[in-house]
Amino acid sequence: MAVTPSLDVRGLAYAYPDGHQALFGVDLVVERGERVALLGPNGAGKTTLVLHLNGILAGGAGTVRVGGLEVREHDRDTLREIRRRVGIVFQDPDDQLFMPTVRDDVAFGPANLGLRGPELDARVDAALQAVGMAGVADRPPHHLSFGQRRRVAVATVLAMEPDVLVLDEPTSNLDPASRRELAEVLESIDVTLLVVTHDLPYALELCERSIVLSGGTIVADGPTPDVLADAAMLREHRLELPYGFDPRSVPGRQTGYGGGRSTRTAARR
Amino acid sequence: MHVPDGFLDASTSLATGAVAVTAVGVALRKARDELDERTAPLAGLTAAFVFAVQMLNFPVGVGTSGHLMGGALAAALVGPWTAVLCVSVVLIVQALLFADGGLTALGTNITLMAVVTVAVGWFFTAAVLAVVARRPASVVPASAVGALLSVPAAALAFVVLFAIGGEANLSIGALTVGMLGWHLLIGFGEAVITALTVSAVVAVRPDLVHAARGLRPALRLKDADGALVDAPAGRETVQPRHGTRNLLVGGGIVALCLAGVVTFFANGNPDGLEYVAGEQGFLVTARDHLFDDQALADYGEVGGIPVGVAGVLGVVLTVGLGWLVFRAVSRRSDRSGAGVQSH
Amino acid sequence: MGSGHSHLLFRHGDSLVHRLPAHAKVLALLGFVMVVVATPRERYWAFAGYAVLLAGVAAVAKIPPGFVARRMVVEIPFVAFAVLMPVVSSGGRVDVLGVSLSEDGLLSGWNLLAKGTLGVIASILLAATTDARALLLGLQRLRLPARLVEIAAFMVRYLDVVAGEMQRMRVARESRAFEARHLGHLRVVAQGAGALFVRTYERGERVHLAMLSRGYAGAMPLESGPGGAAPSGLAVVLPAAALVVAWAAAVWL
Repeated sequence: MAVTPSLDVRGLAYAYPDGHQALFGVDLVVERGERVALLGPNGAGKTTLVLHLNGILAGGAGTVRVGGLEVREHDRDTLREIRRRVGIVFQDPDDQLFMPTVRDDVAFGPANLGLRGPELDARVDAALQAVGMAGVADRPPHHLSFGQRRRVAVATVLAMEPDVLVLDEPTSNLDPASRRELAEVLESIDVTLLVVTHDLPYALELCERSIVLSGGTIVADGPTPDVLADAAMLREHRLELPYGFDPRSVPGRQTGYGGGRSTRTAARR
Repeated sequence: MHVPDGFLDASTSLATGAVAVTAVGVALRKARDELDERTAPLAGLTAAFVFAVQMLNFPVGVGTSGHLMGGALAAALVGPWTAVLCVSVVLIVQALLFADGGLTALGTNITLMAVVTVAVGWFFTAAVLAVVARRPASVVPASAVGALLSVPAAALAFVVLFAIGGEANLSIGALTVGMLGWHLLIGFGEAVITALTVSAVVAVRPDLVHAARGLRPALRLKDADGALVDAPAGRETVQPRHGTRNLLVGGGIVALCLAGVVTFFANGNPDGLEYVAGEQGFLVTARDHLFDDQALADYGEVGGIPVGVAGVLGVVLTVGLGWLVFRAVSRRSDRSGAGVQSH
Repeated sequence: MGSGHSHLLFRHGDSLVHRLPAHAKVLALLGFVMVVVATPRERYWAFAGYAVLLAGVAAVAKIPPGFVARRMVVEIPFVAFAVLMPVVSSGGRVDVLGVSLSEDGLLSGWNLLAKGTLGVIASILLAATTDARALLLGLQRLRLPARLVEIAAFMVRYLDVVAGEMQRMRVARESRAFEARHLGHLRVVAQGAGALFVRTYERGERVHLAMLSRGYAGAMPLESGPGGAAPSGLAVVLPAAALVVAWAAAVWL
């Protein structure tokens, strides 16, 4: 396949200003349409890796390419395009909802891209529709429930029509019904998906491929059912399946959204 | 030290307005090098901090109140040019939303509290940094010295401006003693607060302290095999160039303050004579009133126009000259620095 | 982080003055203060006229006099200065109630008091009828450099956050029986200041990262804010009236 991968990370290493090194060389390729779960213990470097994908963090070693475009630290024009292509939904929706109304928040992103007037309104309405939040457009975000705010946060990113959607812990603090509603939303959109999560059943449900990041490097990369079945590896990296959950007992996902099949076999490093 | 409306006569207010506009304009250009997309909110936070710091008021002799300035602290955290912008923003918002500082005195207040304190504070911070060990912790004593000296410098500048165009007939000697005395004390308080704040920040987030840039040990990264790899050169390599430039400009502005002091001494004599010639003061006052009705009636100047104009002209000329020199220097160093990694 | 609408001096209302766009009000304030400052100090009745004008604006804006009076506390330092002026000034003396005061000092003191106070009251009226966000939009309209408006916007947001964090830290300190009693405690408070700085920054940093991720590049996209419903031309009434007062005082007195 000569198609450019959505994400191409090579040799990524990074240390924070206070000296703490978080990534020790990460190689990762995600093809168009793939749905990948990023698993790992706390402190593994998952959020650090994610923040490199749209240029928020940079200046370490290695390269990051988004759809062929290289992320460069001070190149404002490239960064703007990359931030259109990669949409990140952060863990805390309150960090992302900072405007007086839901409509203003969803409009913030496309407005920064230059949209105005009816075109902007159409984009906002479509995004809210996609997450099922069209009815709350004129309410202040802090009047919504947590699950609703999560979905609005997803809408704020969807409004930019990204090629890659990255979600950081999307199910934390969600009640089971909201969790399911979010899964339905994510099923229905046509993007490349990268989900950082501790919620292993969710990973099995949504993503056909899983990557385990631990201690700043990738230690496992393969079809989700295979990764989750490797109990010894999971234990070594502080991952545990929920009580009574057997990954082999459910079919799991076989393909990404656009039909791209994962051909990788479980690889241990 | 917020000056209200009507405190200084119009020509001095206008002159300080010109100084303020020039300084802010230059700062806007230079701040682009200090501010990348990540540090703009840091500048806002620094401004909020300066705002909070300035709320600590001390009663000062001669009926005014002094307070912490925050200029040296801001310069240590976000760099001198951004610090000028931060404090200017604080003063603008204070004048508009908090009625603190007259709107027509904004130029004066910016000159005193944004330009003088930042310039003197940063000059001495950089000077100390140039001679002590190159470690992040060095910024603490350096910024403390800068803070200590910046406050009386601002007080002195205040006296100078008052001597040039104050709308009152006061003994400049008494004013100087009062202002300098109290502001030396305030300077100590400012030094302590600056040192403790900067030390707390540099211990946890040295990347948030502009003065500590270039002082961090070189970054080394480990790849998965455990082998050490050097990180690619970051923006630190550009640092030394900025250092000399800042010292030059800082020195230029200190020279400006000195020029103002010379003007003040020239002004002191007539006041001293007036004071000594007690009874004759009445005649002098009467003449001033006659003067008021004729030439510049609407401005009600008291201090004697020729000296005031000279002082103003001196200030403007020095600033203009300094700026021209600065531009020439920066253009030359831009050319020579073309080989260094730029962005 | 809050949206930074209200601030200490803001008073909610729906008067004509509240509805004037912020940039017009700022210009009106500036014009008015310039007229006041340019008035020679001997024209006592002019200053009375200006005070009447300001009272009129306050009435239209439905701002009670107590509200204004309470916020004039900021004046105290230079009121004290103005009062001391006749005592410490040099020049010819006059006797007032048995105390020898400098005539020039009396005039200077009056000058300072009158102009400074009028300036403060006018500023309070502006602040009371303009919320922070509207003001920033107004400053942006007045072509204040974008950088400055950006820093001001962040400053206003952070003031809320800083105040909240300070409160939390104070509660935490006092829950462990700490009371700032003497100068030695300055160290604790100042170290708290450093921690406050970092905490507030990191709290705001996450929001800023989210903004960056959605393409924020320095300029807030101009949103439709509250206010601005009244025509901006109305704001010229105040400085124009002040000019009329100044001219009248010059001609008839």
